[in-house]
Amino acid sequence: MKRFSLLLLAAFFLLYPSINRGQEESGPSYGDTIVVGSIGEPSILIPMLASDSASHDVAGLIFNGLVKYDKDLTLTGDLAESWEVSPDGLTITFHLRKDVKWQDGVPFTAEDVIFGYKTIIDPRTPTAYKEDYLQVKEIHAPDPYTLVVKYEKPFAPALASWGNLPVLPKHLLEGKDITQTDFGRHPIGTGPFKFVEWIPGDMVVLEANPGYFEGRPYLDRYIYKVIPDQATMFLEAKALNIDLMGLTPIQYTRQTNDAFFKKYFKKYRFPAFAYTYLGFNLRDPRFKDRRVRQAIAYAIDKKEILQGVLFGLGSIATGPYVPNTWPYNPNVKRYPYNPEKARQLLKEAGWEDTDGDGILDKDGRPFEFTILTNQGNSLRIKTATIIQWRLAKIGIRVKIRTVEWATFINEFVDKRRFEAIILGWSIGLDPDQYDIWHSSKTGEKEFNFIGYSNPEVDELLEKGRRTFDIEERKKYYYRIQEILAEDQPYVFLYVPDALVMVSSRFRGIEPAPIGITYNIHKWYVPKRLQRYVPIP
Amino acid sequence: MALYVIKRLITMIPVLIGITLISFFIIHLAPGKPTDILTELNPKITPEARERLEKLYGLDKPLHIQYLMWLKKVVRLDFGNSFSTDRRPVIEKIKERLPVTILINLLSILLILVTAIPIGVYSAVRQYSFFDKVMTVFVFVGFATPTFWLALLLMILFGIYLGWLPISGLTSLGYEKLTLWGKFTDLAQHLLLPVFVSAFGGLAGLSRYMRSNMLEVIRQDYITTARAKGLPERRVIYRHALRNALLPVITILGLSVPGLIGGSVIFETIFAIPGMGQLFYQGVLMRDYPLIMGILVIGAFLTLLGNLLADLAYALADPRIRLGG
Repeated sequence: MKRFSLLLLAAFFLLYPSINRGQEESGPSYGDTIVVGSIGEPSILIPMLASDSASHDVAGLIFNGLVKYDKDLTLTGDLAESWEVSPDGLTITFHLRKDVKWQDGVPFTAEDVIFGYKTIIDPRTPTAYKEDYLQVKEIHAPDPYTLVVKYEKPFAPALASWGNLPVLPKHLLEGKDITQTDFGRHPIGTGPFKFVEWIPGDMVVLEANPGYFEGRPYLDRYIYKVIPDQATMFLEAKALNIDLMGLTPIQYTRQTNDAFFKKYFKKYRFPAFAYTYLGFNLRDPRFKDRRVRQAIAYAIDKKEILQGVLFGLGSIATGPYVPNTWPYNPNVKRYPYNPEKARQLLKEAGWEDTDGDGILDKDGRPFEFTILTNQGNSLRIKTATIIQWRLAKIGIRVKIRTVEWATFINEFVDKRRFEAIILGWSIGLDPDQYDIWHSSKTGEKEFNFIGYSNPEVDELLEKGRRTFDIEERKKYYYRIQEILAEDQPYVFLYVPDALVMVSSRFRGIEPAPIGITYNIHKWYVPKRLQRYVPIP
Repeated sequence: MALYVIKRLITMIPVLIGITLISFFIIHLAPGKPTDILTELNPKITPEARERLEKLYGLDKPLHIQYLMWLKKVVRLDFGNSFSTDRRPVIEKIKERLPVTILINLLSILLILVTAIPIGVYSAVRQYSFFDKVMTVFVFVGFATPTFWLALLLMILFGIYLGWLPISGLTSLGYEKLTLWGKFTDLAQHLLLPVFVSAFGGLAGLSRYMRSNMLEVIRQDYITTARAKGLPERRVIYRHALRNALLPVITILGLSVPGLIGGSVIFETIFAIPGMGQLFYQGVLMRDYPLIMGILVIGAFLTLLGNLLADLAYALADPRIRLGG
């Protein structure tokens, strides 16, 4: 059936090229299905209970938040039309849209948000996102379309926390144990797509929500297809059974350039919200010396890592933020490859090759350390190998050790048993990174595991999360990046690009800093290109 | 006979408990916890939140208490709820994946039987013949070929270049709208490659086994006798030799009973088949203790049951063996 319609389509192309061009202009049309390939299967479609990206991908289409990040990464209203923050920063008042209905027809009100908030702070709810909501002092709804939230202390990341996590249909879930209901596998939200079915291990099917408050999506259906193997998924795309999938750097640069892919797919790349770094254990006397860290930063050729590991599909990281986002400071100190400078800095720090064996030494001890990273991440292992080679050139001997993930975290990172590690952070859209850099967060299982401590950074982090004014916050986070660049507690290595391939029949895709799928409800397929036609 | 079966069934109980005890403690020895997926490297989690979560999953209690709590439920055939974020009953998750796993494994065992036995017999009868040598090479190539590699090659050939077969999964989009016959052919097309690939790797073992059994039997005195009686060669081979050579196959079949529910991770991942292998693998990665234990208990039970069945079948097939109390 499918093959037949394709043939027909090809014939159409041959016979009526001019007519086709004419139809192209006639604006968006309804219909067709998008099949999105994913390596992972969602586990539960309730945002507050989900912790994997597959679940959030799908649940994000079914649910809305009060606020969301728009395509340029600034916060904007979603279910909330507008909001005000009181001058002291303690009270946020949301004004909700009045035209929103749950997909079962019941109107959405502030009570649903209060219900969601109560669920998320309930100690019996196993969620990873409780913390932001525990800061709330008081929440109430003076009328069904107004929500007032009060805080103990001004807390800037709080605003973004009113995304889709705490929005749940009260009329369906009140009085039920959320972990025991079927709701997570048959969700009802307010979003552009409605849940249809979930075939375990195979796919999740969504369909257009005709009552969506921003208008019905053009696409009829959205299918989230689980194919756990990247190579198989690529073959399925080649057989035109997958419309959207993420690519590996090698697939992006080498395997998708022939005429076939040029015709049937379009590729997109944009910085992912993540970076990879080499972190030092700052309790180690050698790494306590800032000159040593700077020297290592100079001795590593980041461009070469970017080329060798990511085929150039990424950018060099200069700090803990992603280029082109508002907190990102482009003018910090950089460390271009400069082995001479590295040697000189090490010499200043007392590291010299006194016995002529090619390895630097100090007080009779050679400079050697182990880079630890997790098994199975080939990008990190390759990065470690390149670093090993570069550092050998300036007389530092590096060993590489890879450990299985759970052991890596529990036995080495949490217990601080490492000299240097290669790891990555994925970063949220709010710039608050208190937990990673603040000197109070160095306890066991806390995230400043390198033991970084700088009073000025502490103060700036503190200030940054206490104001809602973006310009003011920008100042603090710009300064933090300057200090981090100077201190080099991490050698910031690279920000990988997200690589996505989408079937060329889809129109309306507008790449933006946030990615491409943010406006999927506006995507459409011109009538003549539609591939999945409903059989009555 | 009945007494024997009852006796065997009763001795299975302590063995099963022993197996669960050892598995339970070994899994808990592995670093990591089910809550890690929520808490690990997640800056939004405070130590109190972590403790709360662990309490919620009952992980704050001493290990032996956790084991006893688990055991208490299992004797009532309740495997508990999965620790993964969906918190669904373990038994439901297993049920969902069991049919397809059993289907593929059964088909592939069948395919192995119907090809391996003739290959083995023929190779033995014509030992060192051209056919024997070719088959030896063929089955060892099958044994040595990495499944994922072969699978990918076949997918490219049949799925992309020839376009005859679907690449992965079990059904096509729009499967539910097909007629009964349409559903059947769709499923069959999807199963062709997976069953072939999983059988290909298993051919070597059984066919070699069959060959050596047959060789041994053919050299027995009673075969010489049969030939001396002037029986036709066909009758000698298929009536007298084959039946005796087939006996040890029963043991192999008995041992493959637990294999019916255990899938292969690599193979299921490549073909995007939602089977038990993936379920178990993901369970282990997430330290989903109830799920891991559930699958292990069922697997252990089937292993013991398979052994018992093999022993019984032996008694039926071989008049020299008598089971008794």
